[in-house]
Amino acid sequence: MLQGFLRADGRKGIRNVLVVAYLVECAHHVAREIATPFRERGVHLIGFPGCYPNAYALAMMEKLCTHPNVGGALLVSLGCEGFDKRQLAKVVEASGRPARMLGIQDAGGTRRTIDAGREWVERTLATLTTHAPVAMRADELVVGTICGGSDATSGLTANPAMGIAFDLLLADGAAAIFEETGELIGMEHLMAARAANAALGLELKRTVAKAAEYYATLGYASFAPGNADGGLTTIEEKSLGAYAKSGQAKIAGIIKPGIAPPRKGLYLLDVVPDGEVRFGFPNINDNAEIVELIACGSHVILFSTGRGSVVGSAIAPVVKVCANPETWQRMQDDMDIDAGRILEGRATLPEVGREIYDLIGRVANGEPTRSEALGHQEFILTYKSFEPLGPACLPAH
Amino acid sequence: MKLAPQDNVAVALRALRAGETVMLEGTAHIVDRDIAVGHKLAARTIAPGETIVKYNCPIGVATQPIPAGACVHTHNVASSYLPTYTLPK
Repeated sequence: MLQGFLRADGRKGIRNVLVVAYLVECAHHVAREIATPFRERGVHLIGFPGCYPNAYALAMMEKLCTHPNVGGALLVSLGCEGFDKRQLAKVVEASGRPARMLGIQDAGGTRRTIDAGREWVERTLATLTTHAPVAMRADELVVGTICGGSDATSGLTANPAMGIAFDLLLADGAAAIFEETGELIGMEHLMAARAANAALGLELKRTVAKAAEYYATLGYASFAPGNADGGLTTIEEKSLGAYAKSGQAKIAGIIKPGIAPPRKGLYLLDVVPDGEVRFGFPNINDNAEIVELIACGSHVILFSTGRGSVVGSAIAPVVKVCANPETWQRMQDDMDIDAGRILEGRATLPEVGREIYDLIGRVANGEPTRSEALGHQEFILTYKSFEPLGPACLPAH
Repeated sequence: MKLAPQDNVAVALRALRAGETVMLEGTAHIVDRDIAVGHKLAARTIAPGETIVKYNCPIGVATQPIPAGACVHTHNVASSYLPTYTLPK
């Protein structure tokens, strides 16, 4: 049986963190100074650095500040930035969470804002600790998956094992999200065959074609030099491994950043912007993708790595599944699951899949992941633009 | 090992040394260069332009003749979609 923190919208969180959010880079230092003394007490720093308005960034910040794992939000504004801070404050307040906005120009500068912010955080943390958890069902859980620092072992061990964990979670009625359409290039036909209906299958192919075109314009695939050092030869081969994360289930729909899965099932998160290439690479690194998975309501992120990524995230715990036995030997302090045992013949794929599934249950009940224990709280949010979801993306059941 | 019967490449389950003889489905092959864990070798002779098949999926196209047992990687395979970016050695 799981336990969670009940929010006014009926969703439940598996953590009860307080976010301190800067609304432009000019407020970043002040926000970080407010949050740092409370780092070990569940206060996470998030924010958006740009000064120009962007509908995507506003929607992302709204979803993140009202994420089920978040118990309250302190918004730190400089005062003159383009971010629609009143709209964000309105959304957080309407969610029933403790919320406060501080303007550095109004408050009288750096020092006064830091003092006021720390005082509010201290007071709010005291109220959050009185928040008693309630019973949570497995079908209330949303799990996201990503791979980073992939090598040729990722697709042999960690990714298919995570796919098995996904299938187990889906059997419990959970919602599961896989992503990075740029890392599914070459898999579009296989994926379309798993769509809930033919129209969705067509949309899945379109989504990957959009990604291929986008990356072609930029001149690079979503493929780092380390991927090749690790034995992956082409984007198709990387995709083949990445695709294994999605398990065997039917694909229930396509979502975009900030849109929560409407019901249980397996969803593809389309992370590649719509329209002409405007703001650069779709996701400039793994954490940009993690943030989008979290904005879709993911309570926990499954992260497979072969080369050895160490990142965690603000707001949601990241479970690190290590694909490569040599990487495990070097970096096991950063890893939650040793999937390289499959390559060495010391464990089977179903065994490791079950191990991941069991660990998700324990993490949901509060057990810290390795990246949480090491203090990782990476966060990044940049400019993007999306059109609304097409009607075929979310077929009725 | 081969991941699917249709594959024309196999995956190294341990690091292989250049000149080493490996047995693959009853046939002996000589490895042409060091191959790290998880990297690929040709399971049979592959002609230029032939599709590389791993786990029964196309993962690229051979850019030159690849003898059986030879390392299969960025030096002899190209993507059908987007070029692979590597840093200068």
